[in-house]
Amino acid sequence: MIERRSIYRRLLGYLKPYWRQVLLAYVGVLFAAVLNLLVPQIIKDAIDNGLAAGQASALFWAGGVILGIALFRGLAAFSQRYFGEWLTHRVAYDLRNHFYNSVQNLPFAFHDRSHTGDLMSRATSDISETERFVGIGLMDLTATILLMVGVIIAMLLESARLSLLALAPFAVLTITAVRFGGTVRPMFKAIQEQIGVLSELMQESLTGIRVVKAFAREPHELAKFDDANDEWFERRYTVIKTWAKNWPFFTFLVTSSIFLLLWFGGPLALSGEITVGSLFALLSYVLLLNGPVQRLGFLVNLAATAGASASRIFEIIDTPNKVADRPAAIALEKAQGEVIFEHVGFAYRAGLPILEDVDFYARPGQRVALIGPTGSGKSTVTNLIPRFYEATEGRVLVDGHDVRDLQMSSLRRHIGIVLQDPFLFSQTIAENIAYGRSDATMGEIIAAAKAARAHEFTMSFPDGYDTRVGERGVTLSGGQKQRIAIARALLADPRILILDDSTSSVDTETEHLIQEALDILMEGRTTFIIAQRLITLKSADYILVLDKGRIAQRGAHDSLLVQGGLYRQIYDLQLRDQEEFVELMIRD
Amino acid sequence: MASSERLFRLLDMPQDLTDAPEAVDLPPIAGRVIFDDVSFAYKDDEPVLSHISLRAEPGQRIALVGETGAGKSTIIRLIARFFDINEGALTIDGYDVRQVTQASLRSQLGIVLQDPFLFAGTIADNIRYGKLEATQAEIVVAAKAVGAHDFISKLPDGYQTDVGENGVNLSVGQRQIISFARALLADPRILILDEATSSVDTTTEKIIQQALDTLMEGRTSFVIAHRLSTIVNADMIAVLANGRIIERGTHEELLAKRGRYFNLYTMQWAQAN
Repeated sequence: MIERRSIYRRLLGYLKPYWRQVLLAYVGVLFAAVLNLLVPQIIKDAIDNGLAAGQASALFWAGGVILGIALFRGLAAFSQRYFGEWLTHRVAYDLRNHFYNSVQNLPFAFHDRSHTGDLMSRATSDISETERFVGIGLMDLTATILLMVGVIIAMLLESARLSLLALAPFAVLTITAVRFGGTVRPMFKAIQEQIGVLSELMQESLTGIRVVKAFAREPHELAKFDDANDEWFERRYTVIKTWAKNWPFFTFLVTSSIFLLLWFGGPLALSGEITVGSLFALLSYVLLLNGPVQRLGFLVNLAATAGASASRIFEIIDTPNKVADRPAAIALEKAQGEVIFEHVGFAYRAGLPILEDVDFYARPGQRVALIGPTGSGKSTVTNLIPRFYEATEGRVLVDGHDVRDLQMSSLRRHIGIVLQDPFLFSQTIAENIAYGRSDATMGEIIAAAKAARAHEFTMSFPDGYDTRVGERGVTLSGGQKQRIAIARALLADPRILILDDSTSSVDTETEHLIQEALDILMEGRTTFIIAQRLITLKSADYILVLDKGRIAQRGAHDSLLVQGGLYRQIYDLQLRDQEEFVELMIRD
Repeated sequence: MASSERLFRLLDMPQDLTDAPEAVDLPPIAGRVIFDDVSFAYKDDEPVLSHISLRAEPGQRIALVGETGAGKSTIIRLIARFFDINEGALTIDGYDVRQVTQASLRSQLGIVLQDPFLFAGTIADNIRYGKLEATQAEIVVAAKAVGAHDFISKLPDGYQTDVGENGVNLSVGQRQIISFARALLADPRILILDEATSSVDTTTEKIIQQALDTLMEGRTSFVIAHRLSTIVNADMIAVLANGRIIERGTHEELLAKRGRYFNLYTMQWAQAN
């Protein structure tokens, strides 16, 4: 209950910056309500002073006033709609920005867990459900409540006794409507969650479409989607059923109010205790209530949906960002590139250590190769340097500073990462190269591309550097993407480099070019390479052999070979082939 | 209006490949694949494959090598009929691939792609994708055969471990091995393999090599090969350049020729030293 109230309070907070527009819109609301309330009084006047007294002029006068009211109401309605819509979309705009910022700033660990499809549905469907309420919906709700309160007061003033009778059904109605809102709110949340599941499913089978087709599993995917879609319909249907059960009751209550007025008011009017006009006015008021009460149900629905959707949005916005800058974080302006791991331990979950007691020192410009079985912690070591994750034990130091004491953006500016499957944005090649440094000149971009051996193939495209690469860069081969990523890193000119020396299925010539580009890139930078290749291991200043999250061995290639142990095993199993083949070729 | 227009435009897109009206179900096959003078172009007047003739007997291992863009991937895509050939004939056990239903064709093909994609769900679910009605025991057998069982059982939740979106909790190597188990469980007669050498550490590499051997055992295999061991052990290596087969033969035969194959591999492996 408290949580629910705070969600709405937070939503209202989004209106605060626009109090002027809110004021204009709500003045319109108030004005329209008051004008609406005047109409039955004028009808009463027309009946009592015009029809009953036989004075035509009173009727003309009443007609004129009603026309005038209609004019003013038009003005009020305009300001209500105009500013209401404006607020609706403005809040959506802010909410979306806020959401997007939060998602961008959330740590790696969050993105490991979350599903793109679900995030997308929160960013689109949930925000549009919320925006409708915060702007127009809330305003309509206010108008409705205002009108209801106004009608009740006006009726009581007209005839307290009759009004109390006529309003009794409305009391029941209000209670039911509010309780109804409480029942449907969780249902709406369930619907939105299912929409999230649907987007997730769709996103997944689209990303994995090649696997789906390879195994001829289209019917299976379709069935899965169909099930989820069915579930969505079921959930929607539950709300509709609840709605349908309540709806006739709502209408019945309104009708019974009219019945009560005629049953008890009719005789009073006949006996002259109240005027005919007065009874007519009361009937008009009740009919005036009918519209708002109908809307009330809808608006309660809307508020319920919005509350459910907003809670899904706030869930993301409120996810604590553990890897945030500390208050006193310092900026690392210039870096040398010294990296120290002091007894570093890391675990995603307590009791399941990924790294234990990792301890090493990399001097500026040194080349450190990491090798070890899958899951031994190589990538985790490299992920701790740019603080994608935080060490759970010990310290990671860059240039003598604990990385947790540094401003994240200043730390990451000095670190370049080139992985074997680089991601390119759907932009031009030039923009992709300049991604790390948006202020780069065209000359700098070309120089970097040349050094990264990316210039030649770029120029072979008709649009050269302005060639757009498709989503995920599908028009480029893996080797080309890799060289663009190397150019990107060169342009950013970081002091520390994190590399992966494997080249994913490129031909030998491309591989040679990539190797050349990497050599240029590594020159003079502290480099950590997750190594697969003998040549990398041989040229490293030292090698860290990781096993089950610990450094099992360390040293240069030759001394490690002599030492035996895991390194020797790996060498015998895999690396030796690379040398043997060369011998084979020489003998041949 | 605008939204429904966008939706309808998508719905109205022609489905590129449909079953021929008289298409039959491909009966259980032995795995004989014949390319008879096949040519193919994605776009008119940009031929990707020209006059490819290739014969794979059941159980044979064919390695496809060549530079990027030589046409290796296109050959394997044609076997699975992701595209239709423009000229010539492509038959499996004597059936033209265009005359059989796609479902019956692909259910007898195993395709292992370079980038192993795992769906959100458990490891068991992902392996089961190869054979939806598989029992837990069958899944474990498949995982053991490809050497995946060891690392899976070491995970806290074992086979019930949830692999996040894109399987982020597993290394690329582990994902690859799981995708092998998935293909093995499907037990196809023809195996299509786009071998990846991407970021797999050396120990995993050894497991992968053994797994590949298990996987290819007794199946007709087409491999876009990068691993020396895969190539050396192939029954036939087809060297492609510009959409044509320019050399073919076993490893020894091709080395003796001192042609393109010899050059490719002296370059690649000489660099290792």
